[in-house]
Amino acid sequence: MIVGITARAAGTDAPVEQRFGRAPYFVFVDTETGKAESIENPLVDAAGGVGPRAVQMFSEHGATVVITGQVGGNAARALGMGGIKAYAYRGSGSVADALAEYTAGNLQLLPL
Amino acid sequence: MKIAIASGKGGTGKSTVAANLACTLALSREVALVDCDVEEPNLHLFFPDSAEDVPVTTLVPEIDPALCTLCGECGKFCRFGALSVLKDRVLLFPELCHSCGGCSLVCPQGAIREVPRTIGRVACSCPLSRLTLVSGVLNEGEVMAPTVIRAAKMLAEGHPLILYDASPGIACPVIETLEGVDACILVTESTPFGLHDLRLAAEVVESTGIPAGVVINRSDGRDEETLDFCRERGLPILMTIPFSREIAAIQNRGGLICRDLPGWEERFADLFEAVVKIAGVNP
Ligand code: SF4
Ligand code: SF4
Repeated sequence: MIVGITARAAGTDAPVEQRFGRAPYFVFVDTETGKAESIENPLVDAAGGVGPRAVQMFSEHGATVVITGQVGGNAARALGMGGIKAYAYRGSGSVADALAEYTAGNLQLLPL
Repeated sequence: MKIAIASGKGGTGKSTVAANLACTLALSREVALVDCDVEEPNLHLFFPDSAEDVPVTTLVPEIDPALCTLCGECGKFCRFGALSVLKDRVLLFPELCHSCGGCSLVCPQGAIREVPRTIGRVACSCPLSRLTLVSGVLNEGEVMAPTVIRAAKMLAEGHPLILYDASPGIACPVIETLEGVDACILVTESTPFGLHDLRLAAEVVESTGIPAGVVINRSDGRDEETLDFCRERGLPILMTIPFSREIAAIQNRGGLICRDLPGWEERFADLFEAVVKIAGVNP
Protein backbone atom coordinates (compact mmCIF):
# COMPACT_ATOMS: atom_id res chain seq x y z
CA MET A 1 0.00 0.00 0.00
CA ILE A 2 1.20 3.52 -0.80
CA VAL A 3 0.78 6.21 1.86
CA GLY A 4 1.22 9.86 0.78
CA ILE A 5 2.29 12.35 3.42
CA THR A 6 2.40 16.14 3.08
CA ALA A 7 5.82 17.44 4.11
CA ARG A 8 7.93 20.59 4.36
CA ALA A 9 10.94 18.99 2.67
CA ALA A 10 12.00 15.78 0.93
CA GLY A 11 12.57 12.49 2.73
CA THR A 12 10.99 10.72 5.68
CA ASP A 13 12.87 12.87 8.22
CA ALA A 14 11.16 16.03 6.97
CA PRO A 15 8.54 17.62 9.22
CA VAL A 16 4.91 16.99 8.31
CA GLU A 17 3.14 19.94 6.64
CA GLN A 18 -0.39 20.72 7.85
CA ARG A 19 -1.62 22.16 4.56
CA PHE A 20 -2.67 19.64 1.94
CA GLY A 21 -2.63 21.24 -1.52
CA ARG A 22 0.08 23.77 -0.68
CA ALA A 23 2.51 21.45 1.06
CA PRO A 24 6.02 22.00 -0.40
CA TYR A 25 6.59 18.23 -0.77
CA PHE A 26 4.65 15.02 -0.98
CA VAL A 27 6.39 11.93 0.37
CA PHE A 28 5.03 8.62 -0.88
CA VAL A 29 5.93 5.59 1.19
CA ASP A 30 5.36 2.02 0.06
CA THR A 31 4.46 0.24 3.31
CA GLU A 32 5.48 -3.19 1.92
CA THR A 33 9.00 -2.29 0.81
CA GLY A 34 9.55 0.75 3.05
CA LYS A 35 10.72 2.69 -0.03
CA ALA A 36 10.01 6.44 -0.01
CA GLU A 37 9.69 8.76 -2.98
CA SER A 38 9.60 12.56 -2.51
CA ILE A 39 7.93 14.85 -5.01
CA GLU A 40 8.29 18.61 -5.04
CA ASN A 41 4.80 20.10 -5.19
CA PRO A 42 4.54 22.44 -8.21
CA LEU A 43 1.35 23.94 -6.76
CA VAL A 44 2.84 25.69 -3.70
CA ASP A 45 2.52 29.07 -5.35
CA ALA A 46 -0.46 28.34 -7.61
CA ALA A 47 -3.28 30.85 -7.50
CA GLY A 48 -6.12 28.51 -6.69
CA GLY A 49 -7.75 25.16 -7.24
CA VAL A 50 -4.79 23.38 -5.69
CA GLY A 51 -6.87 20.77 -3.86
CA PRO A 52 -8.24 18.83 -6.82
CA ARG A 53 -4.90 18.99 -8.62
CA ALA A 54 -3.02 17.68 -5.60
CA VAL A 55 -5.49 14.80 -5.36
CA GLN A 56 -4.71 13.90 -8.97
CA MET A 57 -1.01 13.69 -8.05
CA PHE A 58 -1.74 11.39 -5.13
CA SER A 59 -3.93 9.29 -7.39
CA GLU A 60 -1.18 9.10 -10.04
CA HIS A 61 1.29 7.87 -7.47
CA GLY A 62 -1.10 5.14 -6.45
CA ALA A 63 -1.64 6.44 -2.94
CA THR A 64 -4.69 5.03 -1.19
CA VAL A 65 -4.00 6.79 2.11
CA VAL A 66 -3.08 10.43 2.74
CA ILE A 67 -1.67 11.81 5.98
CA THR A 68 -1.94 15.58 6.35
CA GLY A 69 -3.21 18.30 8.69
CA GLN A 70 -6.38 19.36 6.98
CA VAL A 71 -8.06 19.24 3.57
CA GLY A 72 -10.36 21.77 1.91
CA GLY A 73 -13.83 21.06 0.55
CA ASN A 74 -12.93 20.37 -3.09
CA ALA A 75 -9.93 18.25 -2.17
CA ALA A 76 -12.07 16.29 0.27
CA ARG A 77 -14.62 15.60 -2.45
CA ALA A 78 -11.95 14.47 -4.90
CA LEU A 79 -10.29 12.24 -2.28
CA GLY A 80 -13.67 10.75 -1.39
CA MET A 81 -14.55 10.08 -5.05
CA GLY A 82 -11.08 8.68 -5.68
CA GLY A 83 -11.38 6.25 -2.78
CA ILE A 84 -8.38 7.77 -1.00
CA LYS A 85 -8.59 7.85 2.79
CA ALA A 86 -7.24 10.92 4.58
CA TYR A 87 -5.89 10.81 8.13
CA ALA A 88 -5.16 13.80 10.34
CA TYR A 89 -1.71 14.25 11.84
CA ARG A 90 -1.56 17.42 13.89
CA GLY A 91 1.75 16.76 15.66
CA SER A 92 5.05 18.45 14.90
CA GLY A 93 6.93 15.24 14.13
CA SER A 94 8.51 13.93 10.94
CA VAL A 95 7.02 11.99 8.06
CA ALA A 96 8.36 8.80 9.67
CA ASP A 97 6.72 9.73 13.00
CA ALA A 98 3.38 10.32 11.30
CA LEU A 99 3.65 7.01 9.49
CA ALA A 100 4.41 5.20 12.77
CA GLU A 101 1.36 6.81 14.40
CA TYR A 102 -0.73 5.73 11.43
CA THR A 103 0.54 2.14 11.56
CA ALA A 104 -0.17 2.05 15.30
CA GLY A 105 -3.76 3.07 14.52
CA ASN A 106 -3.52 6.35 16.44
CA LEU A 107 -4.63 8.71 13.66
CA GLN A 108 -8.21 9.93 13.12
CA LEU A 109 -9.87 9.75 9.71
CA LEU A 110 -10.66 13.15 8.25
CA PRO A 111 -14.30 13.46 7.22
CA LEU A 112 -14.55 13.46 3.40
CA MET B 1 -22.57 58.24 -22.80
CA LYS B 2 -21.37 55.69 -20.28
CA ILE B 3 -20.54 56.50 -16.66
CA ALA B 4 -19.15 54.09 -14.06
CA ILE B 5 -19.57 54.61 -10.33
CA ALA B 6 -16.82 52.91 -8.36
CA SER B 7 -15.14 52.87 -4.96
CA GLY B 8 -12.10 51.21 -3.45
CA LYS B 9 -14.20 49.34 -0.89
CA GLY B 10 -17.79 48.58 0.02
CA GLY B 11 -20.02 50.71 2.21
CA THR B 12 -18.99 54.13 0.89
CA GLY B 13 -22.46 54.82 -0.45
CA LYS B 14 -21.55 54.07 -4.05
CA SER B 15 -24.89 52.47 -4.84
CA THR B 16 -26.76 55.33 -3.19
CA VAL B 17 -24.98 57.81 -5.44
CA ALA B 18 -25.71 55.66 -8.49
CA ALA B 19 -29.39 55.28 -7.59
CA ASN B 20 -29.88 58.99 -6.86
CA LEU B 21 -28.13 59.99 -10.06
CA ALA B 22 -30.20 57.57 -12.13
CA CYS B 23 -33.45 58.65 -10.49
CA THR B 24 -32.67 62.32 -11.08
CA LEU B 25 -31.68 61.79 -14.72
CA ALA B 26 -34.80 59.69 -15.39
CA LEU B 27 -36.93 62.77 -14.71
CA SER B 28 -35.75 64.32 -17.95
CA ARG B 29 -34.32 61.59 -20.17
CA GLU B 30 -33.93 57.88 -20.88
CA VAL B 31 -31.35 56.26 -18.64
CA ALA B 32 -30.16 52.70 -18.10
CA LEU B 33 -28.73 51.77 -14.72
CA VAL B 34 -26.62 48.61 -14.66
CA ASP B 35 -25.81 46.88 -11.38
CA CYS B 36 -22.37 45.38 -12.02
CA ASP B 37 -21.86 44.43 -8.38
CA VAL B 38 -22.97 40.94 -9.37
CA GLU B 39 -21.92 39.26 -6.16
CA GLU B 40 -24.17 41.50 -4.13
CA PRO B 41 -26.48 43.50 -6.38
CA ASN B 42 -28.58 45.94 -4.38
CA LEU B 43 -29.90 48.63 -6.73
CA HIS B 44 -33.21 46.79 -7.09
CA LEU B 45 -33.83 47.59 -3.42
CA PHE B 46 -34.11 51.29 -4.36
CA PHE B 47 -36.36 50.49 -7.33
CA PRO B 48 -38.61 47.56 -6.46
CA ASP B 49 -40.36 46.21 -9.54
CA SER B 50 -41.05 42.90 -11.22
CA ALA B 51 -38.11 41.87 -13.40
CA GLU B 52 -37.53 39.75 -16.48
CA ASP B 53 -34.70 37.23 -16.03
CA VAL B 54 -32.20 36.19 -18.68
CA PRO B 55 -29.90 33.30 -17.71
CA VAL B 56 -26.13 33.71 -18.07
CA THR B 57 -24.25 30.60 -19.08
CA THR B 58 -20.65 29.63 -19.50
CA LEU B 59 -19.10 26.58 -21.18
CA VAL B 60 -17.76 23.76 -19.05
CA PRO B 61 -16.19 20.48 -20.18
CA GLU B 62 -18.18 17.29 -20.42
CA ILE B 63 -16.16 14.11 -20.56
CA ASP B 64 -17.21 11.07 -22.55
CA PRO B 65 -16.18 8.13 -20.35
CA ALA B 66 -16.27 5.82 -23.37
CA LEU B 67 -13.43 7.76 -25.03
CA CYS B 68 -11.45 8.88 -21.96
CA THR B 69 -8.34 6.80 -21.19
CA LEU B 70 -7.72 8.58 -17.85
CA CYS B 71 -4.38 9.81 -19.21
CA GLY B 72 -4.45 12.78 -16.81
CA GLU B 73 -3.57 15.47 -19.37
CA CYS B 74 -6.68 17.60 -18.81
CA GLY B 75 -6.22 17.69 -15.04
CA LYS B 76 -2.54 18.63 -15.42
CA PHE B 77 -3.43 21.35 -17.87
CA CYS B 78 -6.24 23.05 -15.93
CA ARG B 79 -4.57 25.62 -13.72
CA PHE B 80 -7.82 26.32 -11.93
CA GLY B 81 -8.06 22.81 -10.50
CA ALA B 82 -11.45 22.26 -12.06
CA LEU B 83 -10.52 18.74 -13.18
CA SER B 84 -9.14 15.92 -11.10
CA VAL B 85 -8.28 12.73 -12.95
CA LEU B 86 -8.75 9.81 -10.57
CA LYS B 87 -8.20 6.07 -11.03
CA ASP B 88 -11.59 5.36 -12.53
CA ARG B 89 -13.06 8.71 -13.60
CA VAL B 90 -12.45 12.41 -14.23
CA LEU B 91 -13.99 14.58 -11.56
CA LEU B 92 -15.17 18.04 -12.63
CA PHE B 93 -15.55 21.01 -10.26
CA PRO B 94 -17.73 23.17 -12.50
CA GLU B 95 -17.66 26.20 -10.19
CA LEU B 96 -13.84 26.30 -10.48
CA CYS B 97 -13.88 26.18 -14.30
CA HIS B 98 -13.01 29.46 -16.04
CA SER B 99 -14.22 28.21 -19.45
CA CYS B 100 -10.84 28.63 -21.11
CA GLY B 101 -11.56 25.65 -23.35
CA GLY B 102 -8.00 24.38 -22.94
CA CYS B 103 -8.85 20.94 -21.62
CA SER B 104 -10.81 20.03 -24.72
CA LEU B 105 -7.80 21.06 -26.82
CA VAL B 106 -5.22 19.06 -24.87
CA CYS B 107 -7.29 15.88 -24.59
CA PRO B 108 -5.52 13.42 -26.92
CA GLN B 109 -8.65 11.27 -27.19
CA GLY B 110 -11.10 14.00 -28.15
CA ALA B 111 -13.14 12.90 -25.16
CA ILE B 112 -14.02 16.41 -23.99
CA ARG B 113 -16.76 18.59 -25.41
CA GLU B 114 -18.02 21.86 -23.98
CA VAL B 115 -21.55 22.26 -22.67
CA PRO B 116 -23.30 25.36 -21.30
CA ARG B 117 -23.89 25.75 -17.58
CA THR B 118 -25.89 28.50 -15.87
CA ILE B 119 -23.81 30.62 -13.48
CA GLY B 120 -26.14 33.56 -12.94
CA ARG B 121 -28.74 35.78 -14.53
CA VAL B 122 -29.44 39.30 -15.65
CA ALA B 123 -32.66 40.81 -14.31
CA CYS B 124 -34.25 43.63 -16.36
CA SER B 125 -36.99 45.96 -15.15
CA CYS B 126 -38.48 49.40 -15.84
CA PRO B 127 -39.17 50.74 -12.36
CA LEU B 128 -39.68 54.35 -13.59
CA SER B 129 -41.05 55.42 -16.93
CA ARG B 130 -37.64 56.47 -18.26
CA LEU B 131 -35.43 54.20 -16.18
CA THR B 132 -34.28 50.74 -17.20
CA LEU B 133 -32.62 48.75 -14.45
CA VAL B 134 -30.34 45.89 -15.46
CA SER B 135 -28.98 43.81 -12.58
CA GLY B 136 -26.33 41.14 -12.97
CA VAL B 137 -26.66 38.33 -10.44
CA LEU B 138 -23.88 35.78 -9.94
CA ASN B 139 -25.07 32.53 -8.37
CA GLU B 140 -23.74 31.59 -4.94
CA GLY B 141 -20.37 29.83 -5.07
CA GLU B 142 -19.58 30.86 -8.65
CA VAL B 143 -16.33 32.62 -9.59
CA MET B 144 -16.99 34.05 -13.06
CA ALA B 145 -18.22 37.52 -12.09
CA PRO B 146 -16.82 39.16 -15.27
CA THR B 147 -19.00 36.92 -17.48
CA VAL B 148 -22.18 38.07 -15.73
CA ILE B 149 -21.02 41.71 -15.81
CA ARG B 150 -20.38 41.43 -19.55
CA ALA B 151 -23.86 39.97 -20.07
CA ALA B 152 -25.49 42.74 -18.02
CA LYS B 153 -23.60 45.45 -19.92
CA MET B 154 -24.52 43.82 -23.21
CA LEU B 155 -28.22 43.93 -22.34
CA ALA B 156 -28.03 47.65 -21.63
CA GLU B 157 -26.04 48.34 -24.77
CA GLY B 158 -27.69 50.77 -27.17
CA HIS B 159 -29.15 53.04 -24.49
CA PRO B 160 -27.96 56.61 -25.05
CA LEU B 161 -27.08 57.07 -21.37
CA ILE B 162 -25.82 54.22 -19.22
CA LEU B 163 -24.70 54.23 -15.58
CA TYR B 164 -22.69 51.28 -14.28
CA ASP B 165 -22.52 50.60 -10.57
CA ALA B 166 -19.22 48.73 -10.16
CA SER B 167 -18.47 46.20 -7.45
CA PRO B 168 -16.37 47.55 -4.58
CA GLY B 169 -12.63 46.96 -4.68
CA ILE B 170 -10.14 46.92 -7.51
CA ALA B 171 -10.24 43.33 -8.82
CA CYS B 172 -11.13 41.98 -12.29
CA PRO B 173 -14.88 42.67 -11.98
CA VAL B 174 -14.14 46.40 -11.69
CA ILE B 175 -11.84 46.32 -14.70
CA GLU B 176 -14.58 44.56 -16.65
CA THR B 177 -17.08 47.23 -15.59
CA LEU B 178 -14.75 50.08 -16.59
CA GLU B 179 -14.27 48.67 -20.08
CA GLY B 180 -15.62 51.16 -22.59
CA VAL B 181 -16.86 53.85 -20.17
CA ASP B 182 -16.44 57.60 -20.83
CA ALA B 183 -16.04 58.75 -17.24
CA CYS B 184 -15.81 57.34 -13.75
CA ILE B 185 -17.19 58.68 -10.48
CA LEU B 186 -15.15 57.55 -7.47
CA VAL B 187 -17.12 57.56 -4.24
CA THR B 188 -15.18 57.92 -1.00
CA GLU B 189 -15.53 58.87 2.64
CA SER B 190 -13.28 61.38 4.34
CA THR B 191 -11.67 58.93 6.76
CA PRO B 192 -8.08 57.63 6.70
CA PHE B 193 -9.39 54.25 5.50
CA GLY B 194 -11.52 55.97 2.91
CA LEU B 195 -8.48 57.77 1.56
CA HIS B 196 -6.45 54.59 1.42
CA ASP B 197 -9.15 52.88 -0.65
CA LEU B 198 -9.63 55.94 -2.83
CA ARG B 199 -5.91 55.90 -3.59
CA LEU B 200 -6.12 52.29 -4.81
CA ALA B 201 -9.24 52.94 -6.86
CA ALA B 202 -7.75 56.10 -8.37
CA GLU B 203 -4.67 54.15 -9.44
CA VAL B 204 -6.78 51.55 -11.23
CA VAL B 205 -8.86 54.15 -13.04
CA GLU B 206 -5.74 56.12 -13.91
CA SER B 207 -4.21 53.02 -15.49
CA THR B 208 -7.26 52.71 -17.75
CA GLY B 209 -6.95 56.34 -18.83
CA ILE B 210 -10.63 57.03 -18.10
CA PRO B 211 -11.37 60.58 -16.87
CA ALA B 212 -12.48 60.48 -13.24
CA GLY B 213 -13.77 62.68 -10.46
CA VAL B 214 -14.58 62.19 -6.79
CA VAL B 215 -17.75 62.29 -4.71
CA ILE B 216 -17.08 62.66 -1.00
CA ASN B 217 -19.85 60.96 0.95
CA ARG B 218 -20.72 61.31 4.64
CA SER B 219 -18.37 64.26 4.88
CA ASP B 220 -17.79 65.62 8.38
CA GLY B 221 -16.40 68.83 6.89
CA ARG B 222 -12.81 67.87 7.59
CA ASP B 223 -11.84 66.56 4.19
CA GLU B 224 -8.42 68.24 3.88
CA GLU B 225 -6.43 65.05 3.32
CA THR B 226 -8.84 63.83 0.67
CA LEU B 227 -8.87 67.25 -0.98
CA ASP B 228 -5.06 67.36 -0.98
CA PHE B 229 -4.88 63.94 -2.54
CA CYS B 230 -7.40 64.85 -5.25
CA ARG B 231 -5.58 68.06 -6.06
CA GLU B 232 -2.29 66.19 -6.32
CA ARG B 233 -3.83 63.65 -8.70
CA GLY B 234 -5.82 66.18 -10.68
CA LEU B 235 -9.09 64.58 -9.65
CA PRO B 236 -11.92 67.13 -9.50
CA ILE B 237 -14.35 66.97 -6.55
CA LEU B 238 -17.69 66.52 -8.26
CA MET B 239 -19.90 66.60 -5.18
CA THR B 240 -19.77 66.51 -1.39
CA ILE B 241 -22.57 64.87 0.56
CA PRO B 242 -22.43 65.91 4.22
CA PHE B 243 -22.96 63.55 7.09
CA SER B 244 -26.40 64.30 8.46
CA ARG B 245 -28.98 62.37 10.44
CA GLU B 246 -31.65 63.37 7.99
CA ILE B 247 -29.77 61.91 5.01
CA ALA B 248 -28.81 58.80 6.96
CA ALA B 249 -32.42 58.22 8.01
CA ILE B 250 -33.68 58.40 4.42
CA GLN B 251 -30.95 56.11 3.17
CA ASN B 252 -31.40 53.60 5.97
CA ARG B 253 -34.97 52.99 4.94
CA GLY B 254 -33.91 52.57 1.30
CA GLY B 255 -35.11 56.03 0.26
CA LEU B 256 -33.50 58.39 -2.24
CA ILE B 257 -32.48 61.86 -1.11
CA CYS B 258 -33.03 63.28 -4.59
CA ARG B 259 -36.70 62.41 -4.14
CA ASP B 260 -37.19 62.89 -0.42
CA LEU B 261 -35.02 65.86 0.46
CA PRO B 262 -35.44 69.29 -1.16
CA GLY B 263 -32.43 70.55 -3.11
CA TRP B 264 -30.83 67.19 -3.83
CA GLU B 265 -32.41 66.60 -7.20
CA GLU B 266 -30.67 69.76 -8.38
CA ARG B 267 -27.38 68.69 -6.85
CA PHE B 268 -27.46 65.34 -8.59
CA ALA B 269 -28.31 67.10 -11.85
CA ASP B 270 -25.22 69.26 -11.23
CA LEU B 271 -23.19 66.12 -10.56
CA PHE B 272 -24.18 64.85 -13.99
CA GLU B 273 -23.16 68.13 -15.63
CA ALA B 274 -19.80 67.94 -13.87
CA VAL B 275 -19.26 64.38 -15.10
CA VAL B 276 -20.18 65.37 -18.65
CA LYS B 277 -17.56 68.08 -18.43
CA ILE B 278 -14.72 65.76 -17.33
CA ALA B 279 -15.74 63.14 -19.90
CA GLY B 280 -15.54 65.73 -22.67
CA VAL B 281 -18.23 63.98 -24.73
CA ASN B 282 -21.74 64.87 -25.79
CA PRO B 283 -24.14 63.43 -23.22
S1 SF4 C 1 -12.25 24.82 -19.68
FE1 SF4 C 1 -10.29 25.54 -18.85
S2 SF4 C 1 -10.81 26.09 -16.76
FE2 SF4 C 1 -12.48 24.81 -17.46
S3 SF4 C 1 -11.91 22.76 -16.84
FE3 SF4 C 1 -11.16 23.04 -18.93
S4 SF4 C 1 -9.03 23.70 -18.65
FE4 SF4 C 1 -10.07 24.00 -16.70
S1 SF4 D 1 -7.25 14.42 -21.29
FE1 SF4 D 1 -8.98 13.35 -22.21
S2 SF4 D 1 -8.41 11.19 -22.14
FE2 SF4 D 1 -7.02 12.27 -20.77
S3 SF4 D 1 -7.98 12.11 -18.77
FE3 SF4 D 1 -8.68 14.02 -19.66
S4 SF4 D 1 -10.59 13.49 -20.68
FE4 SF4 D 1 -9.53 11.59 -20.29
